[in-house]
Amino acid sequence: MNVADAVMLSVSGDRTLPEPAPKPLIEISDVEKIFGGGEIRALSDINIAINECEFFTLLGPSGCGKTTLLRMIAGFEHPSSGNIMLAGKDVLSLPPRARSVNMVFQNYALFPHLSVAQNIAFGLEMLNWSKFEISERVAEVLALVRLESFRSRKPAQLSGGQQQRVALARALAPRPQVLLLDEPLSALDLKLRKEMQFELKQLQRETGVTFVLVTHDQEEALAMSDRLVVMSAGRVQQLGTPQEIYGKPANRFVADFIGEANLIPGGLLGRRRDVTLSIRPERIEIATVSSFVKLYGVLKAATFLGADTLMEIEAGGIVVRARLRGAQMAAPGSEIGLCWPDDAEWELRE
Amino acid sequence: MRLKTTLLLLLPAIGLIFLFMVIPMLISLLYSFMTANVYGGVTMPLTVDAYVQMLFDQDFSGNLTFMPDYLWIMLRSFYLAVATTVLSLALGFPVAWYIMCQSPARRTLLLTLVTLPFWINTLIRTYCWILLLRDSGLVNGFLQYLGLIDHPLPLLYNQPAVLLGLVYTFLPFMVLPIYATLERLDPRLVEAAYDLYASRWRLFRRVIWPLTKPGIAAGTVLVFAPALGSFLQPDMLGGGKQLLIGSLIEMQFTSSRNWPFGSALAILVTAAVILALILQSRRTKAMEARA
Repeated sequence: MNVADAVMLSVSGDRTLPEPAPKPLIEISDVEKIFGGGEIRALSDINIAINECEFFTLLGPSGCGKTTLLRMIAGFEHPSSGNIMLAGKDVLSLPPRARSVNMVFQNYALFPHLSVAQNIAFGLEMLNWSKFEISERVAEVLALVRLESFRSRKPAQLSGGQQQRVALARALAPRPQVLLLDEPLSALDLKLRKEMQFELKQLQRETGVTFVLVTHDQEEALAMSDRLVVMSAGRVQQLGTPQEIYGKPANRFVADFIGEANLIPGGLLGRRRDVTLSIRPERIEIATVSSFVKLYGVLKAATFLGADTLMEIEAGGIVVRARLRGAQMAAPGSEIGLCWPDDAEWELRE
Repeated sequence: MRLKTTLLLLLPAIGLIFLFMVIPMLISLLYSFMTANVYGGVTMPLTVDAYVQMLFDQDFSGNLTFMPDYLWIMLRSFYLAVATTVLSLALGFPVAWYIMCQSPARRTLLLTLVTLPFWINTLIRTYCWILLLRDSGLVNGFLQYLGLIDHPLPLLYNQPAVLLGLVYTFLPFMVLPIYATLERLDPRLVEAAYDLYASRWRLFRRVIWPLTKPGIAAGTVLVFAPALGSFLQPDMLGGGKQLLIGSLIEMQFTSSRNWPFGSALAILVTAAVILALILQSRRTKAMEARA
């Protein structure tokens, strides 16, 4: 599945429509994080509001500060300045165990000496739930993640996908207001990852809990999120729905990081020289009528990819990539004219 | 071929243990069933007198009367070894935890400091405690200088002094194995416990303690076994007033010239330690079976 399909799925899928006027559950305002005596700015100027019942994603390359931000919500890290509110309450002074926020760790961090059921019951025991309530709730979440028959196994006796589901069940059991997921799918193989993406999304809908996911995988972020934020170098680059971020990237970084983008200098198309146009490869077509042509180029290579053909066309000193449906017949070296609908152009404001 | 190579490589170690541990133990076992020679050493005939002597007094006509003196010595030794182990654990665990929480460079430094006493002879180190604790020693001198006390406190030649010496000597044997297991503990498990609303105490009780049990078990054996048979600290810091089994064994081979009795006592200590080890490994196995 490529990025374009991921967006399509996200649009046409049975996505529940957002509530009218959602109210923010987590408000992150002016958060900064400075390490090493002011030399390293891990986060600066972070302002994010995450709504109730939302699947929200922090997306960015490694080292962009997304995990630090997630750990701040959990209470494991503290901002150098700024504020974090949870359900209208300032939580900065609260330790992790005083926040009704639970985390699914990257390596799951399951207690190796406890069984699946004991792992899930751990948080409930710490909250001093009664024995009866605990056994009820454990059975409930075990059913939710479909692990009823594994309740007495130890984590070491489970596959990666099963461990993942135990970690989810353990974090969901105490009914947190927010579930934090730190790259939860990165340890799984591709096929399982796709399955779990779907399961996670479904689980979020069923439970109605706010999910905050950290990932560096843009496809994953687009497919699962209601809204996401793209981060780079400790700053928010863009915040919006997957469609907004894919279709209207705020800057060169976002356009390049999310899917593939042709960044065409405005001068090449007879526009102002100081603008750059972002055009997705799948929106570009070969013009059949010369009056439609927006850009002429020379075909360098055509790669047949099964469903699509990827063409690389050199035009005015840059290489434009076009993804065309089906097998395309064109000899390298031939001159071709490219065209695209007007709404495929997105002017990048640098 | 493979097995042969393995055996060949193991041979020096097996030979060493056989020569310097198994054979002496067998000799001790044999001696413990022989009769004492008046000038030291042993003679025939074979007898179980040495073992009877542990609990009974035998008069010239061969009548046995129950005599608990040696039993008390054994119990006192056992008590001191247990107390040493418990105190070492109570002091050693926080030290190991503290070291684990430091930066890698500091950890190496602190671990070196923990093992530093091994570089100095135990006899000399124990003698230093005498210099510190005696009536005219540093501690009493300092307290008198401050005017806190008029007469020196009786810090030396009593049971607490022996316990202090034992804990001091064997503490590193507790710290090192516990540190080794703590180091392997995934810090994210600690975070997960805090995230799931655990207090500090419950984090320790429910996560850290169960996961560091192997290290605690190893440390316990490493402290308990030598503490049970120790004679240096009881002799020097206890002033020989309170006899322990280690000193008692030593006496049998020197001043008392009763080698069979000394051998029997040594066999008893060894048996006690081996029994403790077997119980320990059974428990570990049972824990692993449940895991």
